[in-house]
Amino acid sequence: MSSNLSNSIPSEAEMLQILRQRHGEARQEKISSATVAICGLGGLGSNIAVSLSRAGIGKLILIDFDRVDISNLHRQQYKASQVGINKPDALAENLHEIAPYVTLETHDIRITDQNAFPLLQQADIICEAFDDAAAKAMLTNLVLTKMPEKYLVAASGMAGFGSANDIRTRRVSSHFYLCGDGVSDVADGIGLVSSRVMLCAAHQAHTVLRILAGEIE
Amino acid sequence: MVKINGEHVEAAGQTLSQYLASTACNPQRIVIEYNGEILPRENYDTTVLTDDDQVEIISFMGGG
Repeated sequence: MSSNLSNSIPSEAEMLQILRQRHGEARQEKISSATVAICGLGGLGSNIAVSLSRAGIGKLILIDFDRVDISNLHRQQYKASQVGINKPDALAENLHEIAPYVTLETHDIRITDQNAFPLLQQADIICEAFDDAAAKAMLTNLVLTKMPEKYLVAASGMAGFGSANDIRTRRVSSHFYLCGDGVSDVADGIGLVSSRVMLCAAHQAHTVLRILAGEIE
Repeated sequence: MVKINGEHVEAAGQTLSQYLASTACNPQRIVIEYNGEILPRENYDTTVLTDDDQVEIISFMGGG
């Protein structure tokens, strides 16, 4: 992968040093050694991935079956030149430019209750970042009942032009965090607005970092 | 009385599936915390609500 990179980019040690100064050495050690799975690479997942990569996460497992569509470009971390490319590959390309030393594992696949276990087994924390409500509920039920040792950070309710301040993070149970306003559904006439989806994604990414830092409330 | 999403409800004696059918909840879009534990979906038909049960139903909204 490094063959694509210009020789002028910072070294891994230089980038790590900057992160240590900002996050604290002990906290950065936890972030740098963590593996996070991101299930769905749309408005939530692609933004979570960028935040965590910039924070120096150790490894991301990127999972989506979709391809970049023109309708994604207003809120998702893809480029117009990437329309038609599968999302895991397109996002990996972009993350590699932003944060070249993050380890990435990509899966161009739809997560089901049949394949979830091998896909998610290595993750310390799982982010639910789907757009379909039934898929969100399926993954949440699956992780919380079949993989109770994992942390799950899910999202519900971020459509429309409602207040930014209604997006919040709630710790539902010891290993289950839910971000969003809980009520704004995608419906006729209420679409997804980039800034509000990004707020929710930022809540999810920040929750991941707080869990890793031991700030679990 | 059963406590469901913070409200006292006359639902004792019903299964969770029966209770859900009386609401607007879509069972495909929810997660249920039953007395502090996430309840597997396959148990909705067989879990009978009793007085003082604490139930939280989380309905997922679409979008992401």
